[in-house]
Amino acid sequence: MVSGTKTKKTKTKAKSSGNGKGSVISVCLGTGGIAAGGDKVFEKFQKVIKSKKLDTATGKRVCKTAKTGCRSLCARDVLVDVTVPGRQALTYERVTADMVPQIVEEHLVNNTPVKKWLAKDSYYKFHETQQKLILGNCGAIDPENIDEYVIKGGYKALGKALKKMTAKEVIDEVSKAGLRGRGGGGFETGAKWELCAKQDADEKFIICNGDEGGPGAFSDRSIMEGDPHALLEGMVIGAYAIGATKGYIYVRAEYPLAVERLHIAIKQAKERGFLGENILRSGYSLDIVIKEGAGAFVCGESTALQFSIEGKRGMPRTMPPQSVEAGLWGKPTCVNNVETFANVPVIINRGAKWYSKIGTKKSKGTKIFSLTGNVKNDGLIEVPMGTTIRKIVFDIGGGIPKKKKFKAVQIGGPSGGCLPESYLDKPIDYESLLEAGAMMGSGSLVVADETTCMVDMARFFLDFCAKESCGKCPPCRVGTTLMLDILIRITQGEGKEEDLETLEKMSDEINTMSLCGLGQTAPNPVVSTIRYFRDEYIAHIRDKDCPAASCVALHKYTVIPDKCTKCTLCIKNCPVDAISGSKDEVAFIDKEKCTECNLCYEKCNFMAIK
Amino acid sequence: MGKAKKQSVQVETIDLSLAEKILDKYRGEDGCLIPVLQNIQNEYGYLQESVINVVSERLNMSLSEIMGVASFYDQFHLKPRGKHIIKVCTGKACHVKKAEGLSAKVIDRLKINANETTEDRMFTFEEVPCLGACGIAPVVVVDKDVHGTLSPDKLGDVLDGYAKSSA
Repeated sequence: MVSGTKTKKTKTKAKSSGNGKGSVISVCLGTGGIAAGGDKVFEKFQKVIKSKKLDTATGKRVCKTAKTGCRSLCARDVLVDVTVPGRQALTYERVTADMVPQIVEEHLVNNTPVKKWLAKDSYYKFHETQQKLILGNCGAIDPENIDEYVIKGGYKALGKALKKMTAKEVIDEVSKAGLRGRGGGGFETGAKWELCAKQDADEKFIICNGDEGGPGAFSDRSIMEGDPHALLEGMVIGAYAIGATKGYIYVRAEYPLAVERLHIAIKQAKERGFLGENILRSGYSLDIVIKEGAGAFVCGESTALQFSIEGKRGMPRTMPPQSVEAGLWGKPTCVNNVETFANVPVIINRGAKWYSKIGTKKSKGTKIFSLTGNVKNDGLIEVPMGTTIRKIVFDIGGGIPKKKKFKAVQIGGPSGGCLPESYLDKPIDYESLLEAGAMMGSGSLVVADETTCMVDMARFFLDFCAKESCGKCPPCRVGTTLMLDILIRITQGEGKEEDLETLEKMSDEINTMSLCGLGQTAPNPVVSTIRYFRDEYIAHIRDKDCPAASCVALHKYTVIPDKCTKCTLCIKNCPVDAISGSKDEVAFIDKEKCTECNLCYEKCNFMAIK
Repeated sequence: MGKAKKQSVQVETIDLSLAEKILDKYRGEDGCLIPVLQNIQNEYGYLQESVINVVSERLNMSLSEIMGVASFYDQFHLKPRGKHIIKVCTGKACHVKKAEGLSAKVIDRLKINANETTEDRMFTFEEVPCLGACGIAPVVVVDKDVHGTLSPDKLGDVLDGYAKSSA
């Protein structure tokens, strides 16, 4: 009788936590969420719930805490979802630990949400305007719990591929879907797999490129942290398609949370038979090992990545042979990006026909962009290929903050280019970006407003490439450094008339002669900023002026005579007595003495100083 | 030559058995140099000559080959490091949100430049290209703690906090 009662109690408890009959508090614990204090918020919820004995309550009163991955709108972290039985989940934004007791007391105990802290409509609009084929699970499931992935249909595609499809049928399906590499190259995934599958070898490798090193990109990180099983499932399907004998996931060392969650996911997948020996009793076996990068952007290049796995310096090599013929340890190797793999289960589950209806003629499916910079809604967005920049920046992104004007968007990071206002209504896909002088890259979209200097932006990206160059080939090693020297001179007011022509010529040479993609694309930001913002370069070189008032060396504080009211406030406040004038005379700033401390600008009530 | 060698010998005694254990773990694994060096650095704080000698013997690799790899990757450090590692992100999104002010704050407060360690070995300061947390730019990471949307003043408070807790 006693044991019967005990069993009944245990069953009820399991049902409550398993079937959602109790309340669930999900806290965003992606890197952004943790940085905003997500760990402390999570712990506080656990503490408060325990103190009120809600964790051990029965039936609908029980409360559970759960972790989720990135919710995409990092600007509003810490984001917390509260789901009470019978009601729709409600999201709280910008939650701090001291808000927790009130949320528990009012929302969980008394069923009265704390309205002032709930997410605004703009939060929901941000998500509703997207199409989340890949990011659907991120922020919704606990990435450290395989059950939550499986409940959402996870590993069904793997079962279908291994048991109902041949390797060739899998490749055909991915080819028909039109999936292209999401790491930057945009190469047709099906074609790559087909080339590798044809190779006859005792060993074959499949590698996931998780070395997302470009500044401004964090979509791969969010998938690895928030939905690691999607990556694993896609990888195993790909491995089966090409006949791989072993898999590697190469993750940046700077992504420790992703490394940790992938280790957990691999362990859980093996325990359930989704990985390892005789997967799902299909006869196919695969082991996946994690390799951590060691801080070299160039290791995102596939041959350099393979050398790094071999324990060597990550210096790219010439091709042929292509990696699919002879790559890691000299064996046929297929390298694909994180987001590319995450697309595979969707294609197998929904079918190529359904998938290929999304996107444009040559660029199918969705793309995840990391939207950052001078935009209201910083975060991750997933939209069909072919979406316009205007929709991304203004509808989803919320536009430019502080009423500033849109100037350009940098797409593709250090390998990409900028697109000005005239491109706002152009659809984003692989081809249209290349025509415009930009590149999809890994999907970083940095928004620049009127205060961003495009010359300085080009300098920034070139500085990055020059530092990250592996040093093997002179066009890249020497070329990027020389170009950088020119750009630094220009931003410091020491530009020469011939600099523009020199930059254009060098860009062409470096692009043509560099050994690998890093060098070949390093000049892109310079080429595209010269193409669309030539006037800014000329202003820097000829007039020693930075139109965006950004380059510090070119700051010139001058009084606008028409606006000066002769109040002498600036004169009184100048710490170096660089301003002359009086109640009868308009103020005048002596540039020789001026130290650009900005005090006069701040003190002037009439906007008479620029 | 002998004088140069003497200068490179560390004053503290080092327990090389920790390195031996790591090498045991990776015995027989092809291409294990990078994870071996990563584990060794986690254990010792940086890659010291005496420890690299052990790696060279066990893996049967020349010192030049190992140093070639150690000097290629940013993650590896050949000099001692501070108790707290400050990484100021200089990625594009952080740059657009004026991250230079944060670097300037560190330089001013701690009196060290990038890739240097304070004399009391409390802090090492680095500038890193991109930490992938662009949604909360500008970002500074101290050890494993990520601090987002920082201003120079807030950073000053953060640094004080670490200094006090380690005092």
